[in-house]
Amino acid sequence: MRVAEAWRVAWDALRANRMRSALTMLGVVIGVASVVLLVAIGTGTKQRVEQQVEGLGSNLLLVVPGRLDVGSAPALSPLTLQDVDAVGRVVGDPSRVAVTVASGATVRAGNREDFTTVQGVLETTPTVFAREVARGRYLTGSDVDTGRRVAVLGDSVARSLFPDREAVGQQLNVAGVRFRVIGVFTPLGQSLGVDRDDEVHVPVTAAQRLYGTQRVDAIAVKAPDRERIDELGERIVAELNGRHPGTEFSAVTQEQILGVLGDILGILTGVLAAIAGISLLVGGVGVSNIMLVSVRERTREIGLRKAVGARPRDIGVQFLLEAVLLTSAGGLTGMALGVGGALLVAAVSPIPAAVTWWSLALAFGVSAAVGIIFGVVPAQRAGRLDPVVALRSE
Amino acid sequence: MSRAPAIEAVDVSRTYQLDGVSVPALRGVSLTVEAGDYVALIGPSGSGKSTLMHLLGGLDRPSGGRLVIGGREVGTLTAPELARLRNETIGFVFQAFHLLPRTSAVDNVALPLVYRGVSARQRRERAAAMLGRVGLGHRLHHRPNQLSGGEQQRVAIARALVTDPTVLLADEPTGNLDSTTGAAVLELLERLNGESGVALVMVTHDAEVAARARRRIAMRDGVVVADSAAESGSTEVADGGAGA
Ligand SMILES: Nc1ncnc2c1ncn2[C@@H]1O[C@H](COP(=O)(O)OP(=O)(O)OP(=O)(O)O)[C@@H](O)[C@H]1O
Ligand SMILES: [Mg+2]
Repeated sequence: MRVAEAWRVAWDALRANRMRSALTMLGVVIGVASVVLLVAIGTGTKQRVEQQVEGLGSNLLLVVPGRLDVGSAPALSPLTLQDVDAVGRVVGDPSRVAVTVASGATVRAGNREDFTTVQGVLETTPTVFAREVARGRYLTGSDVDTGRRVAVLGDSVARSLFPDREAVGQQLNVAGVRFRVIGVFTPLGQSLGVDRDDEVHVPVTAAQRLYGTQRVDAIAVKAPDRERIDELGERIVAELNGRHPGTEFSAVTQEQILGVLGDILGILTGVLAAIAGISLLVGGVGVSNIMLVSVRERTREIGLRKAVGARPRDIGVQFLLEAVLLTSAGGLTGMALGVGGALLVAAVSPIPAAVTWWSLALAFGVSAAVGIIFGVVPAQRAGRLDPVVALRSE
Repeated sequence: MSRAPAIEAVDVSRTYQLDGVSVPALRGVSLTVEAGDYVALIGPSGSGKSTLMHLLGGLDRPSGGRLVIGGREVGTLTAPELARLRNETIGFVFQAFHLLPRTSAVDNVALPLVYRGVSARQRRERAAAMLGRVGLGHRLHHRPNQLSGGEQQRVAIARALVTDPTVLLADEPTGNLDSTTGAAVLELLERLNGESGVALVMVTHDAEVAARARRRIAMRDGVVVADSAAESGSTEVADGGAGA
């Protein structure tokens, strides 16, 4: 029997038993669809996070007290503005150094109010973090030096407090203190379910007075060149360790953050894929099971085919091809469902999903392989059936 | 008549192993099926008729003795070779029809041609023509469950003959049919035997049916106890053939 003929025989046999074929496929459909969907979500999340970290601006160095490791608790910061000046001297250019002292606070305008993050910052923030002001202006050096009570609003805050008015020029009440709005940021959008436009920037000096502290939470540096960024980090850490003997500081680059996040999300994607892979395996076992049942159910068909001249091999190949056809068709259906599901998730929920070619190829390859692996035993059994016994069975 | 015999069995035995116990179903059967023969195989239940039919059709191998089908010694053939021999020289008709369910009459009839490498179009043509010859030219696309018992058996007969075999082996072909339908099927088999010269070997429990055959072979306890061809002296011809 020629190969094309063998496919036809297998196909006809599957069509003659549509219901059973569909049920057999179901396990593989679900398995493949979940592999594709879960890997898409894992990959999408990873890509989104990477974009955001990269979006912070290039050559960024974050200086924080404590060790930046997965699982380590953030330490209380001993950093002050004097440390910031010292770091500026190490860098050689104070305009490349930014700080933040942040806290949640209620902001009011008229009878409207909003709970948001109020960040005390330097005028250098737009340079270091690549932020843009849509209307009005950003903080200046003199705003910071004099602790002027002026604020730049994130887009969400501006729209929630001043829905029908231009925010720039309006009065704003932060934790009981009056501020004047001087600018509104260009929107950044959502990320991982967090609204990145839900923030207010005020001069760090004003924020410190507001919160009653001399501290800043963290220092960020935009390194002048990429090659020496690690060396610069080490010099900054050495300087700060000298100034605060009791505390250990770390300087981390975007690459390091990306590395850590990538590791976490890679593991997450792997775990998701493994879970989905198990369901694919279960689907494969289901195929094997139903093929075995099918061999038993169709014993007389096998006997008859042998009586009219089918060789053991013809029968074996037929059942193997049936299994492969079933799992491949299930695989294709599952791929379509998985891709559709990923597009749907990406469209209607904040969860990002990116379908990758490798996950499609892998899922399809695995489902076809599952057909071969789990089809072999039933196929061999069918091929070896004694036609006389087979024809006698009821 | 110097044509070679279609099937030749010399002292053929078949012993089944059942839970370690040997069950002798055939104990030394010798017979010859001539080309174009019409043989009725009779005998009580359990006498080994079906066992013999399976051997004659190359569906099973003898435990002892010599069996030659279409000039080829069964004992020397591999499984694929034996399958091919069945495909080319034997047509089976069973009591239970054994049609593929959910498959049209024409596709059922075409099935043996699949294993012969005939193209799909030619298969359909030949199957349709064969269905015409058994009087089912108007039932090509009916499924088995849409056909009467007699029609199903005629489809099975068409399937057995579509490959132009030299021997048609029918094991109680009318056993599942009422007497009228059975008679019609029997007439069809006899007509095809007369028309195409295919040898017909038929197991039957019906003495009247057996009486119509040109030759009767009676079995009991796994041996042939009477062969009307032997009585008329024509086994000598077969013996001579076997000895040559
Ligand atoms: N697979 C088998 N294993 C063991 N014994 C078997 C097997 N097949 C047949 N037999 C035995 O061989 C003997 C002959 O059986 P066979 O089916 O050839 O009889 P039969 O003449 O066709 O009977 P019936 O008229 O009832 O169809 C019986 O005793 C039967 O029990
Ligand atoms: Mg029988």
